[in-house]
Amino acid sequence: MTALLRPGADAIELKGWWRAHQWLLLRRLVQLGILALFLSGPWFGVWIIKGNIASSLTLEVLPLSDPYLLTQSLFAGHWPETTIVIGALIIAAFYFLVGGRVYCGWICLVNPITDLAAWLRQRLNIKDGARLPRQSRYWLLAMTLITAGISGSLLWELVNPVTILYRSLIFGMGMAGIVVVTLFLFDLLLAPRGWCSHLCPMGAFYSLLARYTPLRISAVKRESCNDCMDCYAVCPEPQVIPPALKGAVQGIGPVITGINCTNCARCIDVCSKDVFRFTTRFYKPTKTSSNTFKQSEVLS
Amino acid sequence: MGKADNKVDQLRRRFLRAAGQACGAALLGMGLLTYSRQTQPLPAMAIRPPGALAEADFLGACVRCGLCVRDCPYHTLKLAELGDTVITGTPYFTARDIPCEMCDDIPCVVACPTGALNKSLTNIDDARMGLAALVDQENCLNYLGLRCDVCYRVCPLINKAISLEPQHNPRTGKHTLFIPIVHSNACTGCGKCEHACVLPEAAIKVLPTQLAKGAPGRHYRLGWEEKQKAGGSLVEPDKEHEYNLPKGYRYDYEGQGLIKENDTQTPFSHNPLDTLNKQQEQAK
Repeated sequence: MTALLRPGADAIELKGWWRAHQWLLLRRLVQLGILALFLSGPWFGVWIIKGNIASSLTLEVLPLSDPYLLTQSLFAGHWPETTIVIGALIIAAFYFLVGGRVYCGWICLVNPITDLAAWLRQRLNIKDGARLPRQSRYWLLAMTLITAGISGSLLWELVNPVTILYRSLIFGMGMAGIVVVTLFLFDLLLAPRGWCSHLCPMGAFYSLLARYTPLRISAVKRESCNDCMDCYAVCPEPQVIPPALKGAVQGIGPVITGINCTNCARCIDVCSKDVFRFTTRFYKPTKTSSNTFKQSEVLS
Repeated sequence: MGKADNKVDQLRRRFLRAAGQACGAALLGMGLLTYSRQTQPLPAMAIRPPGALAEADFLGACVRCGLCVRDCPYHTLKLAELGDTVITGTPYFTARDIPCEMCDDIPCVVACPTGALNKSLTNIDDARMGLAALVDQENCLNYLGLRCDVCYRVCPLINKAISLEPQHNPRTGKHTLFIPIVHSNACTGCGKCEHACVLPEAAIKVLPTQLAKGAPGRHYRLGWEEKQKAGGSLVEPDKEHEYNLPKGYRYDYEGQGLIKENDTQTPFSHNPLDTLNKQQEQAK
């Protein structure tokens, strides 16, 4: 039980605290670093990226725009300028390469909030909560686009916590603190991993970009898995793990191909057996690995 | 239970689950639509940047990125924060605080990546952010007969967007009122007049055009304009009006007043001295 209250304890003991948190720290560094690039202008007058994650201009030349917002705008019936189309194509191409939901794990600032809620749930051993269907997010995604069409406006942006939070940090908080608190309490008390892993239509949109993503995490040493369950405990989308980790019997490869894997690499951190690492999606285990032996062990 | 039954049952369950999720999403969507109905109208004191599409189109085009705000050199533009009365994340300005300075290069429009601020606006004088209206005729100093004229003086399109029209001052009986008149064919809605109004609460305000402007009946034609366009009267001239004037006199309504026809014989001389001389002669 203690293992699941403190997932990663074995890894910390074996690899040391820093190595057992290296991807998490890197991720937080990227999240804060990108926010800092946005803030250096308004705070210190050093303009590196102007705008916010909805659409931005880097060093006065490079337009980067959110393809989900552009899609909403298209559904609302607006014919966009080329600038935002170019910006959105660059971003879409980037997430196609590294995994759509890398946006969620590495950029989005709602992620640290809901991660904190998930961490606290484990620490406080809160078991109750609504188990929402993971498919809900795709229905919500459809809803946001249909209502954009009906209203002719970017309706979801009235309430979208992802863009509201990011914009508010750069342009002025207003009452955006309420969004943070609401999301935190929702994830902590009402629905475990409720927002990011079940409801957020923005994440759902980005997951659709990950169908053929080359950069993926693989359970390259799945035969050494000791079933400690730590990776499941920290993973925001644990349904993506079993095919790769336990699929050897059915002849499924070790690459995690689920489109909702955020490539957050927390599984790499917490595994004391170093089962996971970053690979391409074309990774094939070499014949020399002891796969066959372990398969029989799993079967027995 | 047969295999087919099992399959049907599974399908049924999958359908019900999906339907439940769809209903949840639809409910949320309906709530959102209703909520948006209440937040849709822009508050009258919030003005969109130059080149902004009509409000309904604007809300479908603007992605709330704030690039227009960043490139506004006078910090006029703001992004609505959550909880403001303006739709969250959209750009606006309050003329009384900081008006639009009407930059020649219109940097906010150039910065807009989506076209929510229309790129076809290249001359800032063509901008129509709103329309100034002298809403308080009781307190406007010029209406009171004083020469404030501040709104007129600060107007970037002086004499085109705001002109001063002289009118008789009936209070004193001998002075002139200089009434500021806003002309909608030139006013850009920049708000400099509202910003500069010397009263504690501005008597002249920039309002959304549809609030500030009336509309003539679609069938209305202004006779004098039509006459000018046609180069002559378009209706049968009325029967000449007959004035009850002494014989040989006529009255001109366009300024000359009472006119004595030249060939008219009258018992009175044109020179009043003649009458006096005549009287003296008779006395002798």
